[in-house]
Amino acid sequence: MNQSLILLENLLQALTAGLLIGSVYALMCVGLGFIFGVMRVINFAQGEFLMLGMYATLYAFTWLGLGPVLGPYVGPIVAAVIAGCLLYGFGILLHRFFLARVTGARVFGTEGEGHYPQLILTLGLSLIIANGGLIFFGSTPENIRTPLSATAWEIGPLAGDHVSMFLNKARSVAFVVSIVVALALYFFVTRTQIGKQLRAAADNPEAATYMGIDVDRAHRIAFGLGCAITALAGGLVATYYPFQPYVGLEFVIIMYAGVVLGGMGSIGGAFWGGLTIGLVQQLSTLVLPVQLQNAAIFVVFLLIVLWRPEGLFGRNVERA
Amino acid sequence: MTNPRGRPLAAIFWFAAAYLALGLVVRNEYYQLMLTLVLVWAIMGVAWNVFSGYSGLVSFGHASFFGLGAYTVALLLVKLEVTPWIGIPIGMLVGVAAGVLIGYPTFRLRGVYFALAMLAYPLALLYVFEWLGYQEVPLPMKREAPAAYMQFSDHRAYVVIALVMLVVAMLVSLRIERSRFGLSLIAIKQNEWAAEASGIDTWRWKMKAIMVSGAIAAAAGGFYAVVLLIVTPPTVFGMLTSAQALIVTLFGGVATVWGPVIGAIILIPLAEILHAELGDKIPGIQGVVFGAAIVAVIMLAPEGLVPKFRDARARRARGPDDARPALDEPVTAAPAARRTVGEEVVLRVANVSRSFGGLRAVQDVSFDVRRGEVLGIIGPNGAGKTTLFNLLNGFIRADAGEVLFEGKSLLGLKTNAICRLGIGRTFQVMRPFPRMSVLDNVVVGAFAAESDDARAYAAARDALARVGLAARGDAIAGALTTVELRLMELARAIASRPKVLLADETLAGLGSQEIGRLLATINALANDGLTIVIIEHTMHAMVQLADRLVVLDHGAVLDTGAPAAVTRNPKVVEAYLGPRWMARAQH
Repeated sequence: MNQSLILLENLLQALTAGLLIGSVYALMCVGLGFIFGVMRVINFAQGEFLMLGMYATLYAFTWLGLGPVLGPYVGPIVAAVIAGCLLYGFGILLHRFFLARVTGARVFGTEGEGHYPQLILTLGLSLIIANGGLIFFGSTPENIRTPLSATAWEIGPLAGDHVSMFLNKARSVAFVVSIVVALALYFFVTRTQIGKQLRAAADNPEAATYMGIDVDRAHRIAFGLGCAITALAGGLVATYYPFQPYVGLEFVIIMYAGVVLGGMGSIGGAFWGGLTIGLVQQLSTLVLPVQLQNAAIFVVFLLIVLWRPEGLFGRNVERA
Repeated sequence: MTNPRGRPLAAIFWFAAAYLALGLVVRNEYYQLMLTLVLVWAIMGVAWNVFSGYSGLVSFGHASFFGLGAYTVALLLVKLEVTPWIGIPIGMLVGVAAGVLIGYPTFRLRGVYFALAMLAYPLALLYVFEWLGYQEVPLPMKREAPAAYMQFSDHRAYVVIALVMLVVAMLVSLRIERSRFGLSLIAIKQNEWAAEASGIDTWRWKMKAIMVSGAIAAAAGGFYAVVLLIVTPPTVFGMLTSAQALIVTLFGGVATVWGPVIGAIILIPLAEILHAELGDKIPGIQGVVFGAAIVAVIMLAPEGLVPKFRDARARRARGPDDARPALDEPVTAAPAARRTVGEEVVLRVANVSRSFGGLRAVQDVSFDVRRGEVLGIIGPNGAGKTTLFNLLNGFIRADAGEVLFEGKSLLGLKTNAICRLGIGRTFQVMRPFPRMSVLDNVVVGAFAAESDDARAYAAARDALARVGLAARGDAIAGALTTVELRLMELARAIASRPKVLLADETLAGLGSQEIGRLLATINALANDGLTIVIIEHTMHAMVQLADRLVVLDHGAVLDTGAPAAVTRNPKVVEAYLGPRWMARAQH
């Protein structure tokens, strides 16, 4: 097999892996972007929600014995959905007792300083959850082992006799679920009554209040949903990626990179942003040493924030 | 500035003496290490506070400076045999350089974007240092001359060195707080646009602050390496390093000299003891303590402990009834007609245009402002009046055209430079520094004209007297009434000794008596020779005030001239004044 064919195969492999992983990134970005879009809250603890989602999926999968009952395809998905539901409740509680105190209509109009307590509060929550996770779950890396984790479908040969694409089964399942959940959320936000209320509360909380919308409730639902979606994405990641309680920090930057890339406040943008980050990460493996892969994500993130803080698709809203 | 200078110095001295005594008495090595670490994190907190606390730009990335300081000291010692006595100062220079390199691109960002970008620097550095092969750098023991390499068998020496470093850091912090440096940063924190428009070079002050902060943080990191004798990327560049700096400061009290120190004294021993007692059973207890501390502070005392107790003490001392000082005698002035307006053009606006997307907010606008006159700008809502002011004072750039101030082009100049050239500004939507005293608000403007702080305060008091607010100097700006805020903005603008004042709807939201008071003040300023360009909707006020009017409609100049002539122009009547004005004016 000659040099160019190897390169072609590597490129194809990186592209497919980027798309598959990127779709899950996209889903977790949607969770974060949803919270920011509706509440204008920078949630620093989103990585920890992802981590909780991973553990919740793990325990749902093993304790409920979903593997033998539902099989390797459906079992992890159901476990991840259960994790999402649990984290929805957790998000609701967090909002009720913590976030509602420093967010909502009264901090909306403030210039700059209003975000200060939110950032710090969610940083504190993230420290508590990550280290609390260490206390409860231990530091041994875990993963959800199914036969899918280490097997792949082969597509091809596409060119010559040897160039084919390998689709890791666990990642492919995660890809499909991510797309389905993102679409479901899209329809929820655009078509349902609650979705419309959420958008109204996001657009203009004051006017929404006058129209009889309970903005506080809308925020609570948005926060819960944002947690749930990211947790579900975490559950999907857990099927092919080993994790420990500090895993959140690895992903929180990816999430922020995706959300900023898509334009903060845009939920659709968050999806495409997350997908792009996945592609960038995988394609960077072609040229960078493995140790610098994560550094590459941070550098890309910095470049995005510095050059286009309004995102690729967003408008610049800051005015004198 | 108003407080006596001696007290905080004495407090720092007594604190240092007490801590030193404690450090010399304690013989247990573990507690000595803890006493040292408390000081290291106090220094780190001071470093964070000097930048983020005062300027309000939250940094999640101070581990960058800490880590670079630590690695500078460690690598210099390992590779070049350079003693930490020299390594730490070199590390501080590296910290300064890192501050410049990080600040230069990142200061374009505000708020959350800034915080997020700062997060990425240490995490990227962490992986880079791992990739470079520095996963673990132990500092070699120098048995032949330990003291020359900052290695002491008697660990009390480390307490002494750290204490000296902390005292120096606190003195730096105190000096910043008590000078225009600190006040400028606080002004930036409270309203960056207003600070810039008052003549503060926000970019330069932020840069200075991050340089000082980077140096202090790097010193803390370098010393940390000396004490622990080993440097790894996660311990010095990790998230918890940045978080600890921020948390001890917020816990103790942000933007106070003592906050980081108090925070470190309470939190570090708590976390360390819990870690030592329970660390094997409950591994993450340290992080939980820090997280819980910061959540509790945000929920219960968002300003931190020091301001909380200071407020409580001040309330007890003052008693419940804070008697409000009587208002000054309002300024009275002769009517407008007494002014003499020369022919000299001080500000020339030539064919200026600016579009936002498809909206042509200002198109091809030209007019002259003559020295000593009051030029009124009128026009319907959305005519581009405020946009015009934003173009004149540099908030936004013109797409085309030219603005000449005393013959010099203003295009491309930053807002603060335009202010210091002599164009002051007030805002339609007021932009006070709400948590600063009225006097401090005004002195921010005075800094632009006076390089000496004491003279700036004198100028600020003078400006307050000119608008009739001298008695309210000590009040907090956030507690003022609308008319007082309008007057304070005027005072802040004239404190920078402008040659031209841009006043944007200064009368908006006022009752008729208050309007009279402001009109008299503005008239008095004009009679003292100040050139004023004023946007106003209240026509009868405008007719009293202005020597000439410029009428804007849909971003273009409709008419220019004396009030009497302009208000009779049928086009102006149709576009703005309406037929009822016509009917009333004819009577």
